[in-house]
Amino acid sequence: MANYLLIDFGSTFTKLCAVNTEEYSIIGTSSDFTTVETDINEGYQKALEKLFDKIGKQIDFEQVIACSSAAGGLKMAAIGLVKELTVEAAKRVCLGAGAKVDLVFSHHLNKNEVQQIIDKKIDIILLAGGSDGGNSESVIYNANLLGELGINIPIVFAGNKSAQDDIQDIFKKYNMNGHICENVMPSINVLNINDAREKIREIFLKQIIEAKGIKKIEQQISKVILPTPSAVLEAAKLLSEGYLEEDGLGEIVVVDIGGATTDMYSICESTKRSDVIVQGLEEPFAKRTVEGDLGMRYSAPGIVKSLSEREIKFINKDKGIDIVNEVNRRYSNVKLLPENTQDEFIDQFLAEMCAYRAMHRHVGRIQEVLTPMGKVYNQVGKDLSDVNYVIGTGGVIIKSNHQYEILRQTTNILHNPQELRPNDPNFLIDHDYIMAAMGLLSKIEPMAALMIMKKHICQIRGNQDEATK
Amino acid sequence: MKTIVIGVIGADVHAVGNKIIEYTLTKSGYNVVNIGVLSSQEDFINAAIETNADMIMVSSLYGHGEIDCRGMRDKCIESGLDKILLYVGGNIVVGKQDFAEVKNRFIEMGFNRIYPPGISIDEALKDIKTDLGE
Repeated sequence: MANYLLIDFGSTFTKLCAVNTEEYSIIGTSSDFTTVETDINEGYQKALEKLFDKIGKQIDFEQVIACSSAAGGLKMAAIGLVKELTVEAAKRVCLGAGAKVDLVFSHHLNKNEVQQIIDKKIDIILLAGGSDGGNSESVIYNANLLGELGINIPIVFAGNKSAQDDIQDIFKKYNMNGHICENVMPSINVLNINDAREKIREIFLKQIIEAKGIKKIEQQISKVILPTPSAVLEAAKLLSEGYLEEDGLGEIVVVDIGGATTDMYSICESTKRSDVIVQGLEEPFAKRTVEGDLGMRYSAPGIVKSLSEREIKFINKDKGIDIVNEVNRRYSNVKLLPENTQDEFIDQFLAEMCAYRAMHRHVGRIQEVLTPMGKVYNQVGKDLSDVNYVIGTGGVIIKSNHQYEILRQTTNILHNPQELRPNDPNFLIDHDYIMAAMGLLSKIEPMAALMIMKKHICQIRGNQDEATK
Repeated sequence: MKTIVIGVIGADVHAVGNKIIEYTLTKSGYNVVNIGVLSSQEDFINAAIETNADMIMVSSLYGHGEIDCRGMRDKCIESGLDKILLYVGGNIVVGKQDFAEVKNRFIEMGFNRIYPPGISIDEALKDIKTDLGE
């Protein structure tokens, strides 16, 4: 017997996925509302009953493991020194660990900023700044200020190695919940993600899930092991790289449009060209970005906020809708499901906007620079032009009747020819919503996770002409 | 160990001299942070802040150095790097101009040491040792 139950405690839904790792098959999936405010067990038990009903019998599981983004997910503050360098590096570490980066600060903190950390109920602070042997004054100042103001939430220090001893002393002096890691940017433009990311995950498991009332579930199941976005990133990496003799799909992009955020993942090198000069902070091979202002419900107003008055008028006229009214309706009723074709049409339109904009912010850019030595190319960010596959996941994409139209927006250059968007990718859909579950499974049975993903993440359904156009 | 940020400013892709400077300064015991070609003033300054650098050494080989370097000292002051040493060298202006005049213009712009074309890094090294200590 090799049955595993994989659970994703989402902000709205608790999603279950039962798999058999010997046959590489999905036994069944189910979902119900997440009940973290009362007792997280209730929603889980309901979803479990639904699952057994579907299968037609009760089955035993070898292991039951979960990822979670319930109770607001993992909320982090990223602090660095210079915006383009250690601040950006700190942000990328948080995103890579599956966190939501609610606050980003540079240089010396002030009291108001520390107050924001308290008000926003930040779960973990990542404190960076200075390359190794470089500036240590700023991180020492910031650690002292956090200590003086009595901050007792976990702080991960991942800045200048030469400041570690001082920081350790400050942690001791103020009795802080401090942890020391390798520098996120040991030298200029070099990114070092792993150590700090693992520390964040460790704190998430030991402290955060308990504080959020998720730990209660561990009497019922084996354990909670990852924040959900981090599980999706693991799944994307496995699907891209393959495992042992089983090939992966090569370079991929995953777009996940949810109610509150749009997440974009790219698994590829930052460039394969030898004729470009790449500038700025090193890009991670597996990169995740999150757009907190792009989402189908909680963040629907954000989609309109980024539009000009003229664009809004144009959309209203072109589509025959009142876009402002529609996004507000979705914001005030986040459980709204499309009731008619008009609702579907608007959800489709919003999803296309999310995909377009999220890629706009994720993708790198190339610029021609004319020099006395001729034309040279200057690249900032990741070059996604040769990506093989763009994979869609998240409720709105999975349920859409025009999946191709949403995913196509990730390749739409429109007015920005300098963007290095995917050129001619194939489009795939995570029909059964299994990516987070497979990220979990990849931690125990990578081969099974890979085979199941290769089987179940497949071509866009519906009009093939449309899909191959 | 003293830290020196080096790089080539502006739309300039002359990489050879940049590598020679990196090699020589590193061999002389300095911590060299090389931000490479096509670098903006901000790139130099950001690198200097993060590395707590003692000196920024700007190279410019394509004649536009004067335009590219304007306002750099002001930005350093704004960024809290009031005491940082600014060196510049290469073919920093267009055509054959009187170097004494060029030098004065760069001194007014807030640069500490200015080098004419064709000078070897070994000569600048003497100044670096004087300014930063061995």
